[in-house]
Amino acid sequence: MIEPIFLLEAALNGILLGGVLALLALGLNLIFGVLDIVWIAYVDLVMLCMYCVYFLVMVYSWPVWAGGLAGIALGVVLGIGVHMIIITPILNSPPINQLLATGGLLFFLQSFATFLWTTDHRSVRLALPIVEVGGMFFSFARLLSFAIAILAMLALYLFLTRTFIGTAIRAVSQDRGAMALMGADPQRVYVVTSAVGGAMAGLAAALLSIQYSVHPHFGAAFGPITFMICVLGGLGNMVGAFIAAFVMSEIISVGGVLWTTEMGYVIAFGLFIVMMFIRPGGILARRE
Amino acid sequence: MARALGLLLLGLVAVAPFVPMGGIRSYVIHVVIQIFIWSFIGTAWALMGRFGLVSLGHGAFLGVGAYTSTLLWNNYGLSPWLGALASVALVSLLAVIVAYPCSRFRVIGHYFALTTLAVGEVVRLLIIAERDWTGGSLGLTLAAPSTPSSLVALQFADRRVFYYGMLVLWLAGLWVWHRVDRSMARSAMEAIGEDETAAASVGIHVTRFKVGMTVLSAALTAVGGVAYAQYIAYVNPETLAGIGVSLRIVFAVVLGGMYSLLGPTVGTALTIALSEYLRVFFGVRLIGMAETIYGLLLVLFIIFLPAGIYGSVRELLRRRRPASAPATA
Repeated sequence: MIEPIFLLEAALNGILLGGVLALLALGLNLIFGVLDIVWIAYVDLVMLCMYCVYFLVMVYSWPVWAGGLAGIALGVVLGIGVHMIIITPILNSPPINQLLATGGLLFFLQSFATFLWTTDHRSVRLALPIVEVGGMFFSFARLLSFAIAILAMLALYLFLTRTFIGTAIRAVSQDRGAMALMGADPQRVYVVTSAVGGAMAGLAAALLSIQYSVHPHFGAAFGPITFMICVLGGLGNMVGAFIAAFVMSEIISVGGVLWTTEMGYVIAFGLFIVMMFIRPGGILARRE
Repeated sequence: MARALGLLLLGLVAVAPFVPMGGIRSYVIHVVIQIFIWSFIGTAWALMGRFGLVSLGHGAFLGVGAYTSTLLWNNYGLSPWLGALASVALVSLLAVIVAYPCSRFRVIGHYFALTTLAVGEVVRLLIIAERDWTGGSLGLTLAAPSTPSSLVALQFADRRVFYYGMLVLWLAGLWVWHRVDRSMARSAMEAIGEDETAAASVGIHVTRFKVGMTVLSAALTAVGGVAYAQYIAYVNPETLAGIGVSLRIVFAVVLGGMYSLLGPTVGTALTIALSEYLRVFFGVRLIGMAETIYGLLLVLFIIFLPAGIYGSVRELLRRRRPASAPATA
């Protein structure tokens, strides 16, 4: 029998993990909501940004915050680049081709990273303390990441609701056709959305790189769970994705303590499959 | 003329194992066997993929198929011939469990792709989690039979036996594709792919066709999994289940062209040939280079040649033909 305190610790760690997963899912979901395209390679862009942070901090000994900012900048560049080079030419193709094109990008990034940096696991080593609360242990890196992730999501919320371009983004995600009819240029909105999505990827990379080591298959490890969260929350639905991130991370974290890590993921994916059948629009969607 | 050319090529393929090629013959045979197996699996995938049922979870069917027959042989000594039947039965059941609710609850497009992707990952993770009897991530080696070559154990010391076996398997896969192409199911599936509601309104039984096509595709994939396990004599969750292999199948097919009979074969042959070429000529110095080029090609193909290599070439020929030979029309 597992001591209740371990379960509580796992549950709290699940919440901390959920913060970063929510950040990832929101970035992907923002792009999906506006462009109606699933970037299968999204987490592989995160992987590239993590390498950027790793090299700047560990090899060129930049301070961590500067490395993180550089990671965000790279994320923005990558987001715009992917949109301009890959997405723009196939904007009107069947959705499945769009999915497969970013899938091809996934293969490209994964193997190019293997080619350049081999499959070694690299981690940003920081002397961050472990925090003890009532007999439970939490890594300071996780607490910090959680706090920054929550702040970033708050900033995203304010950006989407309080700025003109943010309002435009929400307008496009509601009705793509109407936006063009109003005389606005959708391409500008798409580019801004991709840049913001890329920035979220960069920030997530900075936060993940102080908790996990980076390797070329990082995207394969975190990618599926990120898509599942987006779909579970309802593609394009921000609040849904936020809640779904915590549901999934709790299952993974607590399931991992009760059984094995793999079983935690199996249960999370199994729940996702069942939810697809009973609530295809996401957990917050109203049943038609 | 095309038929004569096809028969000539088939004849060449049939005698190839006896052509003296010196020391590399065994290697060439090995590569061609792999092309046969993966082309067969790709053709099976395309059976549903061409109708818009894009599955990113064929690794689930492949993995369950390969592990079922392997475990039955290793633990109970059941001949893989019977094991293959068990694999097909189990995989068909799995396909129904996935496809029936998907069809009933209208899980289509992105959602279908992501649901199947989750199924593939669940199978991979279960194989790893149940490491006590599946071998986990280390995989499982097929137990050797008492004699080096045994028809009952479906293991042969001479690769040429596998070569002909896989050739027949691949041709059988093409035959099934052709039969489906000529059947009512094709028209029904095309109508469903365009608009489910409209298809249902003209009396097409949407669920029956979709589930039926998924089961057919999954069952053939299971056979491919058993064939692969028998030939390599080793199964591993990373190479036979999960997102990696699932995407690999899809991409080879898309590269070749998923709407034509030989598209999956052309795509598979090209990707295998490319990775073997780069592996042989650059060795271990350029690990990942083959896949890098492959990923780049995929992106370019989907942007510029969405019908794939074979599909585009065929379309080009077809467009030219009416001009030169109008009498045939």
